[in-house]
Amino acid sequence: MIVSQQKPLEEILGYLDGEDRIFILGCNGCAEASGSGGPAQVAEMQSILEENGKNVIGSMVIDFLCQKALVKSRLRPRTEQVGAADSILIMTCGLGVQAVAASVNKICHPACDTVNIGGSRGEWKGKERCLECGECLLEYTGGICPLTACTKGLINGACGGASNGKCELDPERDCGWELIYERLKQKNQLDKLKILIPPKDYSKMMPSPKMMSTSLWALEQIDQEEKIE
Amino acid sequence: MSLRSVLESGKFAITAEVGPLKGTDINEIEEVAELLLGRVTATNVTDQQSSVMRLGSLATCHLLKEKGLEPVFQMTCRDRNRLALQSDLLSAHVLGIENVLALTGDLPSLGDHPQAKPVYDLDSVQLLWAINRLNEGYDVVGNELHGKTDFFPGAVVTPETDTEAKLELQLIKMEKKIAVGAKFFQTQAVYNVDNFAKFMKRVEGFGVPILAGVIPLKSVGMARFMNKNVSGVFVPEELIDKMAKAEDKAATGMDIAANLIKELKHICQGVHLMAIGWEKRVPAILDAAGL
Ligand code: SF4
Ligand code: SF4
Repeated sequence: MIVSQQKPLEEILGYLDGEDRIFILGCNGCAEASGSGGPAQVAEMQSILEENGKNVIGSMVIDFLCQKALVKSRLRPRTEQVGAADSILIMTCGLGVQAVAASVNKICHPACDTVNIGGSRGEWKGKERCLECGECLLEYTGGICPLTACTKGLINGACGGASNGKCELDPERDCGWELIYERLKQKNQLDKLKILIPPKDYSKMMPSPKMMSTSLWALEQIDQEEKIE
Repeated sequence: MSLRSVLESGKFAITAEVGPLKGTDINEIEEVAELLLGRVTATNVTDQQSSVMRLGSLATCHLLKEKGLEPVFQMTCRDRNRLALQSDLLSAHVLGIENVLALTGDLPSLGDHPQAKPVYDLDSVQLLWAINRLNEGYDVVGNELHGKTDFFPGAVVTPETDTEAKLELQLIKMEKKIAVGAKFFQTQAVYNVDNFAKFMKRVEGFGVPILAGVIPLKSVGMARFMNKNVSGVFVPEELIDKMAKAEDKAATGMDIAANLIKELKHICQGVHLMAIGWEKRVPAILDAAGL
């Protein structure tokens, strides 16, 4: 289970600035359980964007967005719609956004922040990794997580350590920032590299008490109280 | 004359790197300080270089300052979070240290304490931004300081790269560093002056002084080792050949360094000598370069 919460609306609208045709993607997995990107939130987002003058040309909820093969097979029948969009707004965890950004050559905006649940989060076989930092930066990095793809977790660009595109740590490991560069270049978004990212707010990494009282967390609590005898 | 006034007045700056040893023995540093006094604009003290635990940069800068040298305090983001970085910066200011060089820092796994937890709470761009905040009289969250700092911040750049991505990433990051207050740059070691001149052409419009890195070659093995293992260092075969044929390797290595400095003098604003164990030979290299 990965817990995510929606970013503030102003932040999302800021990402969509200058774009008109938006395709929205939600996820029937953890994002639905977190109340951040299930069918209900996708529908709600659609009307909010329309109220804000955007043209939502399509939306879809897939289970699960973190699986690239599934993303591709579900989106294939909608290729025309997706192709006509200026960008995709992705309402799910950091893994899902990265998986979509790696599968579709479109600008991909994260609509959620992934927060840390401070414990085991199961096994994930895909290449994407999310540190659950609570302040998702995928908007600026072409949908590749700088905190996990870069060995040092640098967020304002590469260190000087790479050789032939490999990280200074290990010649087997790609330099995350060179991957980010190539991805942004492919999506015609190299300008994003010039944006100065302020120091991260690590206090956002943990979920707020308010969030912990939402549906699934609350259910867990009840589950602990009432034991089946 | 301070590094700031040398660079601001357009004079050619010479900085020499000093690497503190592991332990409390400071004899070596004191000897080097005496030899460098009056010969260099500033001495640049590494911060646990290559992630090997050593005597600290701040204390060493203070010692050098007491000996009459102008120190550059190197600060990496590897070992300190934003509280410790800012606090050490305040300490540096009260000790009279003016120049800070902000670096990301090598990964701990490459050094002699690979078990250590890497910090990187701030990155080098954000560290420069933090230095600028302190100079303005505020900490990074906006609290007012009782007495501000007055640092002359510098940063690093790797001019020679092996991929398009790396070069562009370096240039964009350089611009970001300038935007948040970097006032000078020092570079990774340069061996190919033509390539370096091309880099200088690309950053011409940036308007910041650049100190070209110079590492004297000690042996063929060292040159090959750097080519293989040190990112951004490319020693041309021609120089390796020259070293291989030389009878007196040390003299030839120093000669190559002196010639590089002579040529670099025409295309950038200073040199940064990284002697790596040959600190005591720096005056001789400078003599040969006519400086
Ligand atoms: S920036 Fe990376 S770690 Fe943070 S939420 Fe996004 S994917 Fe996860
Ligand atoms: S070489 Fe690339 S991935 Fe490795 S620490 Fe530097 S920027 Fe990050």
